[in-house]
Amino acid sequence: MAKQSNEAFLWVLFSAGGVVAAFVIPVQLFLVGLAFPLGWIPAPRYEYLLALVRLPLTRLYLFVLCFLALFHWAHRFRYTLYDGLQIKHLNELIFVCCYGGAVFGTVLAGNLLWNFR
Amino acid sequence: MAESITLEVFRYSPERDADPSFQRYEVPLRKDWVVLDALNYIKDNLDGSLTFRWSCRMGVCGSCGMLVNGEPKLTCATFLSTYARETRPVRVQPLRYFPVIRDLVVEITDFMIKLKSVRPWLIRETEKPTSEGEYLQTPEQLDRYKQFSMCINCMLCYAACPVYGLDPVFIGPAAIALAQRYNIDSRDEGAHERMDVLAQHEGMWACTFVGECTKVCPKHVDPAGAIQQYKLTAAIERFKSFLMPWALK
Amino acid sequence: MREARRTVRYTEYHPRWYRPQVSTWWWVTRWPYLKFILREISSVFVAWFVVVLLLQIRALSRGPEAYAAFELWLQNPLIVLLNLIALFFVVFHAITWFNLAPRAMAIRLRGRRVPDLWIVGTNYVSWAAISLVVVWLLVRS
Repeated sequence: MAKQSNEAFLWVLFSAGGVVAAFVIPVQLFLVGLAFPLGWIPAPRYEYLLALVRLPLTRLYLFVLCFLALFHWAHRFRYTLYDGLQIKHLNELIFVCCYGGAVFGTVLAGNLLWNFR
Repeated sequence: MAESITLEVFRYSPERDADPSFQRYEVPLRKDWVVLDALNYIKDNLDGSLTFRWSCRMGVCGSCGMLVNGEPKLTCATFLSTYARETRPVRVQPLRYFPVIRDLVVEITDFMIKLKSVRPWLIRETEKPTSEGEYLQTPEQLDRYKQFSMCINCMLCYAACPVYGLDPVFIGPAAIALAQRYNIDSRDEGAHERMDVLAQHEGMWACTFVGECTKVCPKHVDPAGAIQQYKLTAAIERFKSFLMPWALK
Repeated sequence: MREARRTVRYTEYHPRWYRPQVSTWWWVTRWPYLKFILREISSVFVAWFVVVLLLQIRALSRGPEAYAAFELWLQNPLIVLLNLIALFFVVFHAITWFNLAPRAMAIRLRGRRVPDLWIVGTNYVSWAAISLVVVWLLVRS
């Protein structure tokens, strides 16, 4: 059998990330990025948010969201650079920067959420 | 309706020209004429040197694919009257992303090689002898792959696929769709063999689901859908081989 | 137009092919291509959202003053503009994703293929439901 490609795993991460991003990010970005800062909807209080994020379930949800969304970006952006800019000769560099960036972000998120008090 | 319509046709003769050019021809505008009729009129009456491919003139052979006003089309299925109201001439060019041999004729060997590489035929581990009769298939089993079997190899999808244009090693929409057509055919047992070819980077993974291939397909094959389904199958197979390598034959 | 560089030996019976190089700007030449690239660029704004989210979590963990400073930063007009653009792209991602999702799954029920529209419809209904849950969770004190 020919050498098995690992693209399949990356594609699954990309797809899962796309699903999660599509369902959850629009409303969350709307609230956190626009509705609350601009006062359209009263923002939640600090104590409430703190208590909410302290819950293990919330932290798990946020970690999975960050992890999948970042790998979704990494995969899609990598192919955009391949195709859109035709800089295929920078293949390896693009690969490392994209997935490396996603790993870095995931580690950051994991660290933040694990040590959240 | 106006009496005539102008076509602006791509001309390239390797012996004569260093660069291609466009030549205008005025052609009668008949209600039932297609672009292919116009090209044949030009060849018969105006300029016998115009070179182009065509055969069945009814949309089943896949020979007459060209760009009409930048869109990949079968010229035997594109009516001149669609363009009657426009002021610009109708631009006819050879298919995008293929080398041009002459005028409107493109070199398609690359596609032929790729098509063969995905083994688009029934692969059996053990052939049933003819004396035992045919391989039986229910209408439901046929329905699963029928859409993908409609491909006439016209290569309009390749002319629409930017990934093929940017990365010529990409196997391409039609070839992958045809591989999938055989993979999900109940009589076929060759999915593993095809997977070896298509799970490489220049196989299905290079596809980024632009979706233009499906839009231009004259037979509604939906190659983009076939490729995405194939990706899902490949991912499941890859996970299986990763998690349960002992389960592989 | 630049010719593609390829080592093909042209002979009397193999005349010079015309091989235009695909331009770096291939994606502005046709509207469907541009829409495709915009769809792909939306992934950058997905990543931007993760950045905002991580900043928010970090601010939360550092205390009420830090969080107040974060909220102030969010009110900066440039950030608001960026988030507005990001929202557009993220919604664009969601819509294109839901519309294309059924093509990857040939779901068959009782022998017949489930119509694409059902899956698309299910996606949108789920999207609305999940959004309502998030709103309910966040719009309280």
